[in-house]
Amino acid sequence: MSVFELLAKYFSYEFVWFALIVGTLIALCSSLFGVVLVLKRFSFIGDGLSHVAFGALAIATVIGVSDNMLIVLPVTVISAILLLMSGRNAKIKGDAAIAMLSAGALAIGYLVMSVFSSSSNVAGDVCSTLFGSFSIITLTRLEVILCVLLSVVVIALFVLLYNRIFAVTFDESFATASGVRASLYNLIIAVITAVIIVLAMNLVGSLLISALVIFPALSAMRLAKTFRGVVICAALISTVCAIVGILSAILASTPVGPTIVAIDILAFLVCFLIGKLK
Amino acid sequence: MSQIICKDLTLGYDGHAVCEGINFCVEAGDYLCIVGDNGSGKSTLVKTLLSLKSAQAGSVELGEGLSRRDIGYLPQQSEAQRDFPASVREVVVSGCVGGLGKRAFFGRAERLEAEQNMKIMGIYELADRSYRELSGGQQQRVLLARALCAAKKVLLLDEPVSGLDPDASRSLYSLIEHLNKHMGITIIMVTHDIENALCDATGVLRMSGEPRFFDSVDDYRREYLSGGAK
Repeated sequence: MSVFELLAKYFSYEFVWFALIVGTLIALCSSLFGVVLVLKRFSFIGDGLSHVAFGALAIATVIGVSDNMLIVLPVTVISAILLLMSGRNAKIKGDAAIAMLSAGALAIGYLVMSVFSSSSNVAGDVCSTLFGSFSIITLTRLEVILCVLLSVVVIALFVLLYNRIFAVTFDESFATASGVRASLYNLIIAVITAVIIVLAMNLVGSLLISALVIFPALSAMRLAKTFRGVVICAALISTVCAIVGILSAILASTPVGPTIVAIDILAFLVCFLIGKLK
Repeated sequence: MSQIICKDLTLGYDGHAVCEGINFCVEAGDYLCIVGDNGSGKSTLVKTLLSLKSAQAGSVELGEGLSRRDIGYLPQQSEAQRDFPASVREVVVSGCVGGLGKRAFFGRAERLEAEQNMKIMGIYELADRSYRELSGGQQQRVLLARALCAAKKVLLLDEPVSGLDPDASRSLYSLIEHLNKHMGITIIMVTHDIENALCDATGVLRMSGEPRFFDSVDDYRREYLSGGAK
């Protein structure tokens, strides 16, 4: 069977469509806010929050709540808010606070899972939460709808707040001086980042989310010179990489998350070279 | 009636006063230079005037129908900003962001405003260039054009020429003088470059030690600059 026949066969399955829809939307959302996070020098917040999400997921699994999201989403959002607030006036400075939080959450998460988990394969469970499991291809219809709705909200917020987000990202003190409530927009950015990270955990796992947030933005910055250009470019690169990544993972039976990230790295190298040649 | 009146202002943070007893007023069309050593509270004063920070004591009053929205601001550049991927046009029009109100996007009026201010600053031909490719002097002009989009009555400039070479400084000074003399914009400038800045100034606020306000540059020169009389 040729690659195309094989693809045609896979496309007749619903789960492949679900994976593609969810994967593309998550990649799109994370690249939009990724540009903002990278330019605001907040890249590490994404990383820290993903570890927090892992810790929360571990606790949720052990407690055995019906839907893990009920615990993971609020905990991650609250951590995002705390991290952002602490950047300004805490005794422990921003980067140290993030490093502390992410290592701490990772350790507690693993500890809780290995002590209390009833599963026979703890190492396997942990590995799949960290690097993305096959949960992307076992999505239920409800999860897909939820993900589509959240993505639409995230994208709509980005478009509607575009000019204010630009002002706050480029120059926070100027934006505040001209009457933009910078702290409010920082809060919105943090909360949305948390939502994206929780969504993206299904796709690439909690250790690899930062790649989804950062790589498309960095690639786009090699190519485009304007903010709008960078945003559009990042969105395109990220969605294309996600689609190519998911399809090749299905064809080659490789883990989905690392495959997408590998394609993202490849795209970055290509963009880097194009940027150098220009 | 003055545009800005500061009475017995005390500046500082965390309950720790940096500078006390600042008294001065700014009239429409003035060109005030704020000078002083590092850490004497110059930038804190600017932030207080913009109500980004609250004063520990004393008051800042705005007169002559001036509102907070009439004060434009040229902040010091951050490292992250210098290589920010944005076109000159995008940066300049972002100065209008305070006037968006409930709208999400800029209209034709704001785009024209941005173009006009780019022309005043002589950067119209750079409109579609990337901000990070410009020289330091050009970047400052872009930020000045952005400040003009935000306000047309008073401009607060925080160290506008720091890091610029003499030529770029000179041309920035002459642009600032143009805004002051020909467009009637009140200028308040924090600066280290005292000798050059004072050429166009009408008043000086000295922040080192006991804050002192001079409404004539000659008085300031006589006391601090000429022949070591102190």
